[in-house]
Amino acid sequence: MIREIHASAVTDAVKKLCMEANYALEPDMLRAFDRALVSERSAAGRHVLEILKDNAQLAVTKRIPYCQDTGFVVCFAELGQDVHLTGAPLAEAINEGVRQGYTEGYLRASIVRSPFDRVNTGDNTPAVIHLDLVPGATLKIQIMAKGGGCENRSKYKMLTPAEGVEGVKAWILECIRTAGPDACPPLIAGVGVGGTFEQAARLSKKALFRELGTPNPDPAVDAIEREVLDRANRLGIGPQGYGGDTTAFGVHILTYPCHITSLPVAVTIECHAHRHKEAVL
Amino acid sequence: MTVSVRPGGIKEVIPPLSDADVEALSAGDRVKITGVLYTARDAAHARMLPLIESGEPLPIDVRGQIIYYTGPSPARPGDVVGSIGPTTGGRMDSYTPRLLSLGLKGTIGKGARSQQVKDALRAHKAVYFGAIGGAGAVLARFVKKLEVVAYPDLGTEAIRRLFVEEFPAIVINDCAGGDLYVHGMKEYARQ
Repeated sequence: MIREIHASAVTDAVKKLCMEANYALEPDMLRAFDRALVSERSAAGRHVLEILKDNAQLAVTKRIPYCQDTGFVVCFAELGQDVHLTGAPLAEAINEGVRQGYTEGYLRASIVRSPFDRVNTGDNTPAVIHLDLVPGATLKIQIMAKGGGCENRSKYKMLTPAEGVEGVKAWILECIRTAGPDACPPLIAGVGVGGTFEQAARLSKKALFRELGTPNPDPAVDAIEREVLDRANRLGIGPQGYGGDTTAFGVHILTYPCHITSLPVAVTIECHAHRHKEAVL
Repeated sequence: MTVSVRPGGIKEVIPPLSDADVEALSAGDRVKITGVLYTARDAAHARMLPLIESGEPLPIDVRGQIIYYTGPSPARPGDVVGSIGPTTGGRMDSYTPRLLSLGLKGTIGKGARSQQVKDALRAHKAVYFGAIGGAGAVLARFVKKLEVVAYPDLGTEAIRRLFVEEFPAIVINDCAGGDLYVHGMKEYARQ
C-alpha cells in the first residue's frame, strides 16, 4: 500500500525542527548539566555550567537561539519504501523548511555558497542531507544544527588492524584533547568505526542522535565508550577549558563491518550546544 | 585608570585601555566590561588586512579598543540583538599581531591562541579575554546598543559597534605570559 506525503508537510516539519532545535535544548542535555554540577570540582567550571543552564532557560523562554552559531543543518532522512513523496523533490522540500525556519525564526545565516568565493546564501541553505531507504510507510526526519567551531575539530584517521581497540580509544581521546577549549567543552564525541572513509564519517554524525546518558546497546562497545569518557574527563580541560573535570558529556560510537586491511575511525566533535530534534511523518 | 577591582574580586574594565590597564589584568581574573566593543570575525579581518598592509586607515580606530570575535544572530523586533556569544579566537591568529601593533588592546573570543599571538600580547601590552562560548542568549542581555559601522554586506560578519554594560569575561592570556587554559588544565588533570 503506497502512502502519499506532500512536500509541504516535509517543509513544515523541517521548519519547526530547525526553530525548536535552536531554542530548546533536549532534556538529555539539561540532565547532563545537572549531573556535571554535582561532580565538577572546579569553581570556574561550575560557574560555566550554571551560566549554560541559565542560557538554556533564557533561550527557550525568549525564543532566541541558545548559541549565535545556529549551525549547519545536517538532516538524516529515513524514507519508507512505501511512501510516495508528491509536490517537490525531497531535498527541495527539506531546504525550503530550512529557509523558512531560519528566516522566520531569527536564526543566523551561516552558510556560504562556495568554499572559495564565500558569499553567504542568506538563509542558511542548503542542508547536508543523508537519505536512507527503509521498509515501511513513514518518513523519519532527524536534524542537527551543527556548530562550526566544534566541527572544525572533527578528525579522521585510518588505523591499522594491528592498532586495534586500544588504537581506537587513543585516537578518540587525542581528538578530544586537541579540540580542547576551542570546541566549547563539555563536548560529545560522535564516533564512526569501520566501513569506508565516507561511511565512518557519516556514522560519526549519526551516532550523535543517541540520547545522552543511555548505554550503547552493544556491551563491548559500551565498555569502550565508558573508558574513553572517563579518560577524557581526567584530561583537566573542563567546562570552556578553564580547568576542571567535565571535559566531555559523552562518547557515542557506531560501527560498521570493514575491510580486512582497514580500521577507519571518524570523530565528530560536538559542543555543549548539542541541538537535535526529530519528527516522524 | 580604567581597570578597578570590585568587591568579590571581579575587575571592572572600561575601554579604551592603556598599557597600565592591561598590566593590571592577570590570567584567570574575572572581569566585567562596560563601554564600547567592536565586533569582527573572519570576513571582516580578511577585508582589513590589505588596508593594514598598504597603510590605509581602517574603518574603525583600534587604538585602546577591544574587538569581540562574534557574529550575532538577528534581533527579534524590539530586541537590541539576538544571540551573541564568542567564536573561536584562533581563526583570527594570523591577523591579530598586526592589529595589536596598531594599538588594539584587547580581543574577546574562546579557544586557544597561537604562540605568535601570545608573544604579540606581551610585546604590545594587550590581553585576550574569554567569554563563555555557547552562552549567546545570556550574553545578549549585556548589549545595550548596537550599530553596524562597516561592511554591512557581510551580514552577521559586518563590523558592529556595541555598547555593553558589565559584560562578563575572564582573562585567558595576559601580557606577562599567563595562560588560563594551561594553568587550569594542569590543576585538574588526573592520571
